[in-house]
Amino acid sequence: MKRFNDLIFPFVFLVFILLAWEFLIPYFEVPNYIVPKFSDVLKVLWSQKELLYKHSVVTLGEAILGLCISVIIGISCALSIYLWRSVGKTLYPIIIFSQTIPTIALSPIMVMWFGYSIWSKVAVVILFCFFPIVISTLDGLNGVDKDLEDVLRALGGSRLQIFLKLHMNSVLPNFLSSFKIAATYSVSGATIGEWLGAEAGLGIYIKRAAGMLQSDSVFAGVLVLSFLGLVLFSIGFLLEKILLKYRRKLKEDNYEIKKS
Amino acid sequence: MKALEINNLSFKYKDSNKLIIDDLSFSIDKNEFVTIIAPSGTGKSTLFRLILGLLRPQKGDINILSEGVKNIIGYMPQKDSLMPWRNILDNTAVGLELNGYSKKDARNKAVKYFESFRLKGTEKSYPNELSGGMRQRASFLRAIVNNPSILLLDEPFSSLDALTRRKMQTWLLDLCQREKNTVFMITHDIDEALLLSDRILICTELPYKNLKSIEVSIKRPRNYETTLSSEFIELKRVILNILDMLEDTKEEVKNEEI
Repeated sequence: MKRFNDLIFPFVFLVFILLAWEFLIPYFEVPNYIVPKFSDVLKVLWSQKELLYKHSVVTLGEAILGLCISVIIGISCALSIYLWRSVGKTLYPIIIFSQTIPTIALSPIMVMWFGYSIWSKVAVVILFCFFPIVISTLDGLNGVDKDLEDVLRALGGSRLQIFLKLHMNSVLPNFLSSFKIAATYSVSGATIGEWLGAEAGLGIYIKRAAGMLQSDSVFAGVLVLSFLGLVLFSIGFLLEKILLKYRRKLKEDNYEIKKS
Repeated sequence: MKALEINNLSFKYKDSNKLIIDDLSFSIDKNEFVTIIAPSGTGKSTLFRLILGLLRPQKGDINILSEGVKNIIGYMPQKDSLMPWRNILDNTAVGLELNGYSKKDARNKAVKYFESFRLKGTEKSYPNELSGGMRQRASFLRAIVNNPSILLLDEPFSSLDALTRRKMQTWLLDLCQREKNTVFMITHDIDEALLLSDRILICTELPYKNLKSIEVSIKRPRNYETTLSSEFIELKRVILNILDMLEDTKEEVKNEEI
């Protein structure tokens, strides 16, 4: 019953919003090029489904590639900062500094360096994504239970063994939550990258549609983009479900009286 | 036979010039239960970290004498420090895994202890599903399952409520009387020290230099009734007197600094 309630309220609310959108727009006589009716957006989604699919594949590819590279760079950075003090002292300020520059301002430089190939878009995605991964993974590494480390050392564990058994596991929740953040950023990164110069992709699709004041196409593009973000986010969510089983068990038992 | 030998040990942290341990020597016999009582914040945990080999002394040496090839120390920190992502069985078996046992063998070996550690039925549970006392026992089992040369217990029951602590003390008493482990324990609790130990070391001056050694001659087997006997109370008075003296000297030092 509780589960049913959990589903029904969000659903009813969503339907309410969409109905309001559909019927309030003509009621207030909002011009079509400002906000299209929801049904018009759906119509475009259907009629241009092949075109949207073609552009989605491009954007999704850039986002996934950028996200994967960000994960690799992010984890390596966090690890080297954690393992070597001097590397940390050198790298950490640079990483922070790289984020104080507005990423959007850096993006044209990426286009200058990588041209109109896929790599300029991937580079922008990396600029967006690697930061949360580094910071969160590093926090996880620094938050490893020192007592537990001592216990394992006393029991005769080597540094590598302790790293594999302790650090890898304790850092996992931090890494996965940063992955979820980065996953949603990656689609924005890819879109911005495409605005600055690309031949295909949803960013370009939206830019062209906006240029022609086809607001229904713009909205359709935005819907597809948010769907892509949702898909990538779900990957992180699923990984959490699989890898952090113990946590779910925790939540379920939260309200039960603990065994004694 | 000795289990732990500390000779002329001196230690200070790199960034300070204050010695924490100054020319300290003592030893612990095999199968002996020794407790150290000292005011908090004076470096008992530092002493433990030195024995664990996590800190390097400036002078002196620490010998752990064992029959095995590898020195294994069972260490139980203040908190239970179990891994939340491992169930209780895998938590207790981790020491075996670190020493070359396969996961399966480690589990098979660890699970045999669950009965006597009153953990039966919790094998598949995660640490947060257990009560504080159970987690503490699991942490203790993890320390002991490798058959370590010596067990270091750092205020093992200080985080438990009074009732559970009492239960755990009698449980540990029974266990140690049966198994005859070599144990070195830090505690603030004089009753706990007297109940469990063969010998109590009291820090009488800072930095750690000479430890006053008090034999706890109360005969075994002991039980919680022992804490009410006259010889127990007599010994407690002796220890309290020594500690009072220490408090005074500590205040004098403070005055000098001002």
